[in-house]
Amino acid sequence: MKLSIQINEGPYQHQAADSAYQFTKAALEKGHEIFRVFFYHDGVNNATRLAIPPQDDRNITQQWTELQKEHELDLVVCIAAAQRRGLLDEDEAKRQGKDANNIAEGFRISGLGQLIEAGIEADRLVVFGD
Amino acid sequence: MAKKFMFVNRKAPYGTVYALESLEVVLISAAFEQEVALVFMDDGVYQLTKGQQTDGIGMKNFSPTYSALGDYEIKDIYIEKESLEARGLTLDDLQHLVWEDEDEDWAEKDSIHLVSSKELAAVMADQEVVITF
Amino acid sequence: MSTLHTINKSPFDRNSLDSCLRVISDSDAILFIEDGVYAATAGTSFAKAVKAAANSHSVYVLGPDLSARGMKEDGIVEGVKVVDYEGFVDLVTEYDKVNSWL
Repeated sequence: MKLSIQINEGPYQHQAADSAYQFTKAALEKGHEIFRVFFYHDGVNNATRLAIPPQDDRNITQQWTELQKEHELDLVVCIAAAQRRGLLDEDEAKRQGKDANNIAEGFRISGLGQLIEAGIEADRLVVFGD
Repeated sequence: MAKKFMFVNRKAPYGTVYALESLEVVLISAAFEQEVALVFMDDGVYQLTKGQQTDGIGMKNFSPTYSALGDYEIKDIYIEKESLEARGLTLDDLQHLVWEDEDEDWAEKDSIHLVSSKELAAVMADQEVVITF
Repeated sequence: MSTLHTINKSPFDRNSLDSCLRVISDSDAILFIEDGVYAATAGTSFAKAVKAAANSHSVYVLGPDLSARGMKEDGIVEGVKVVDYEGFVDLVTEYDKVNSWL
C-alpha cells in the first residue's frame, strides 16, 4: 500500500516524531511504499541541521536523513510552519534576506498543498502529534 | 476522483497554535476540489465563539477567517451537540457561518450542522481521510 | 468505511478515549500508543470502560510503548491485544482509514 505520514511535533519534545519514525521504518520493512512524510506545526523542527543531541541517545534528524537516503523518501517541511519557526533552506534564506539556513539533508520545503496531495495520492494517511 | 476529507478540531484557540494552523490547511484544501468536512468537538467548539478580542494577549485574532470558509466552498461544518452543551454553549454563542449556493441564485445557507455524537459517528464513518491537529 | 482510532494520551491526562468512544462505529478498532497505553493497563478507573470497548470492538495496545513504561503485557485489560509496530502497520492497512486522536 501507499502510505503518507503527517508529523505535528518537534523532536524530543513529544514522542510523535519517534512513533512516526518507528512506524515508517516498519511499513518500509513490510514492503509498503511511503508516498510522503509531511512535517507540520512544530514538526518542522525535525528538519534542523544544527541539533547536537547527546551521543548516547538517538539523533532524530539524522535517522530521518538516513532513512530518506536508503529509501528515497519524500520528506516535506511545510513552508508556512517553517517560516514561523525559523527553519530555512538556502533559497528561502536568500529570498528572505536571512544570514543563514539550517535545513538538514534529505528534507525539502514546500507548500501545504503537499499535505493535501499526500492524503489524495496515498491509500492511508497516518497523523502523529500531541 | 474527489476524496472525502475530514478535518477534526478538538483544541481551543490561542492556548496552542493548532486552531490557527489547521485553518490554514483547510483553506488550502479548497484548491484541491476534494469533498471537505470540518468537525468541531470537545474544546474545538471554542474556536468559533463570537467576540474574540486578542489585543490584551498580543496575538492575532484569526477568528474572522472562519467566516471566509463559505467563500472557499467549505460548507459542511459539523459541531458536536454534546461538546457544546457540556461547555454551556449554544449555537448563538458561535459565529453564524454561511455559504452561497450558486445553484439556487446565490441563496445564503447555513454551513453549520449541529449533530449529536451518534450522527457525527455516521458522518465520520463515511470519510476517507481524517486529518487531526 | 471502517476506522482505526489511535489514542496517544493517558486517559487521566486527556479526554481522547471518552470522545473516541462517543463517535466510534461498530466496525472500528482502537489502538493505544505512546502514553495512551496506560488506558490498557488493568486496575485503573478506566479499565471497565476499556473492557466494555474490547467487548464490542477490537482493541489493541502497542507493546513497545507498554514495555518502555514498565507495564507488563500480562497486566493489561482483558480482551486487549498486544501488537508491535509491524502489527500497527497491518492494522493501518486492514482498516479503511486512521483517525488519530490528538
